[in-house]
Amino acid sequence: MNLVFNIAWTHVRTRARQTLIAGFGVATGVGFSIMMASLMEGSQDDFVKTLVNVLPHVTISDERNKPTLQPGEVRYAVAEIHGLTPEVRRRGIKNPMASIAALEAWVPGKLTPSVTSKGLLRYAGRDVAVSITGIDPRTEGKVSNLETQMRQGSLPALYRATNAIILGDRLADKLAAKVGANVTISGSRNIRINGTVVGTFHSGVRQVDEGAAYVLIKTGQILEGQTGLVNEIRARLNDPMIARSVAARIAAETGYKSVSWEEAQEDLLSAFQVRNIIMFTVVGAILLVASFGTYNIISTITHEKSRDIAIMKSLGLTERTVRRIFVIEAMAIGLAGALVGSVLGYFMCVGLGLIEIKTPFVDATRLPLKYTINHYLIAAGVALFSSVVAGYFPARKAARVHPVEIIRGAT
Amino acid sequence: MSEPLIEARNVTRVLPGLVPVTLVQSVNLKILPREFVAITGPSGSGKSSLLYLLGLLDLPTEGDVLIGGRSTTNMAEDERAKVRLSNLGFVFQFHFLLPEFSLTENVALPMRALGELTEAEIGERAAGLLDSLGLADHRHKRPDQISGGQRQRVAVARALANEPPVVLADEPTGSLDSKSSAQVFDLLRSLVDERGKTVVAVTHDLTLAARMDRQVRIVDGRIVADEKTTPVPA
Repeated sequence: MNLVFNIAWTHVRTRARQTLIAGFGVATGVGFSIMMASLMEGSQDDFVKTLVNVLPHVTISDERNKPTLQPGEVRYAVAEIHGLTPEVRRRGIKNPMASIAALEAWVPGKLTPSVTSKGLLRYAGRDVAVSITGIDPRTEGKVSNLETQMRQGSLPALYRATNAIILGDRLADKLAAKVGANVTISGSRNIRINGTVVGTFHSGVRQVDEGAAYVLIKTGQILEGQTGLVNEIRARLNDPMIARSVAARIAAETGYKSVSWEEAQEDLLSAFQVRNIIMFTVVGAILLVASFGTYNIISTITHEKSRDIAIMKSLGLTERTVRRIFVIEAMAIGLAGALVGSVLGYFMCVGLGLIEIKTPFVDATRLPLKYTINHYLIAAGVALFSSVVAGYFPARKAARVHPVEIIRGAT
Repeated sequence: MSEPLIEARNVTRVLPGLVPVTLVQSVNLKILPREFVAITGPSGSGKSSLLYLLGLLDLPTEGDVLIGGRSTTNMAEDERAKVRLSNLGFVFQFHFLLPEFSLTENVALPMRALGELTEAEIGERAAGLLDSLGLADHRHKRPDQISGGQRQRVAVARALANEPPVVLADEPTGSLDSKSSAQVFDLLRSLVDERGKTVVAVTHDLTLAARMDRQVRIVDGRIVADEKTTPVPA
């Protein structure tokens, strides 16, 4: 074995330039793979984190899956009734406080009631349609990040003015409304009230920042024209990853529609899967192309060394030994490439992490990068494996050389 | 009469192809210990082919080659390699030394492949062999730093590495000038006389063959003459 390493090392050493280029090819492949994986997974994690922070983990709303039964259906075993208008149901979750108390008993997390409604904000002649959420400032902070997202004012400020309202920062910009401004809030039921802006928030999700506003539950109930209304309960779980099963259980126990954040963002999350497939394809292609370089160099070496191979075989070295020499050379290139590539990848990640992305209205952010040993292990492993495979084929061919043919040819 | 070291029994080698070419035809030959055998013949007569068959580098189409009484035709390739490694030494017309390695390393190669000695013992033995062939000063040189005759002597040293009883030489002096030629021939002669080896050498040089102990003449793949050289009275 010692002999095999010795010969392999000598071949690699005496072809330093070629070996270096092949090794550098592998290293570049590994480096870029690591960088790409780090960036892709980093941005995905960053996005999911933002989602999880912004969205309630489970949203229970007063929607029911079926319209109310017709009295005829209740009384008789009627198969189907066509063309009747169902009874208008009083909106809202029945007995909201009792429901919350019941859920709090087993849901691992915090819950808060709210009233959601659509409305129109008017200020200085500008109209913007917004979704208005009536919240309970005492429990809201435990469920959403609204408290930390406040740019101006604070949640308890909602108590300090009549019909106080907190706007998304982009929304405030759109309306040109500053804190203290008096805005007109029109509810969907033709109810119009005057409110005072007491704060702004910034969530980072554009849609929310330019289309959401918060008021007290009481104000929300006034807009909906229904006292005591609560049409949504939001939950923040200790572990956001179990949201799906918790949501299913809530739906089964209460009969209300209950949606986890994963279900609410299904299209986005499946887009990530597509993105990951694209990433792995590209990364795989990079590493594959890099292994062509290894194939090339091992091919060249075996070709140049066919005479040496012939003499080694005629002396009595076995086919396996000869094959091993060249596979080890390929492995050395792959290993060196993987090591250098890992270092390269790390520094490229660090370099990328230094780039600041400056967007107006928002603090400068840096590219989200994920550092995990897995990226390095996978990239290095694939590179090493493909190098060995790339080296194996020319090695096998070389080892099969019939010594007599070469010896005859040389004389 | 002692056991033959190599014995060819009715060996035939045909190169397959559109027109099959018969290289060696029904050859029977026994190589005994301490013999110095010349295989001669015109070019293309099959003398090198016969040597490759005797040295297990090639497989006969028919017949069998016995090394130390063991049949080799049905051996696995790896086993044949092992037999070559420990029982046979080769010297070719071209030296075939590995260019990146020092002379000592080249001589050490078969010993390391056999793996029976420690690295220290191998180094010592390789150096000793080079010294005994007058190459003591060149041990750490590489093959391209010495002359053609010296290279061929290194090739002989390598052939002797695993102490094989037989050394097979294919035109060992074919690419050398007359002076180096004479030196290499004397070396082969000393292997027989002083080290008790058997040497089988293919040559087209009849004057050289006449200085060996036994001459086997091949024409068209068949042995046409096999006789002891009558000593020339000095």
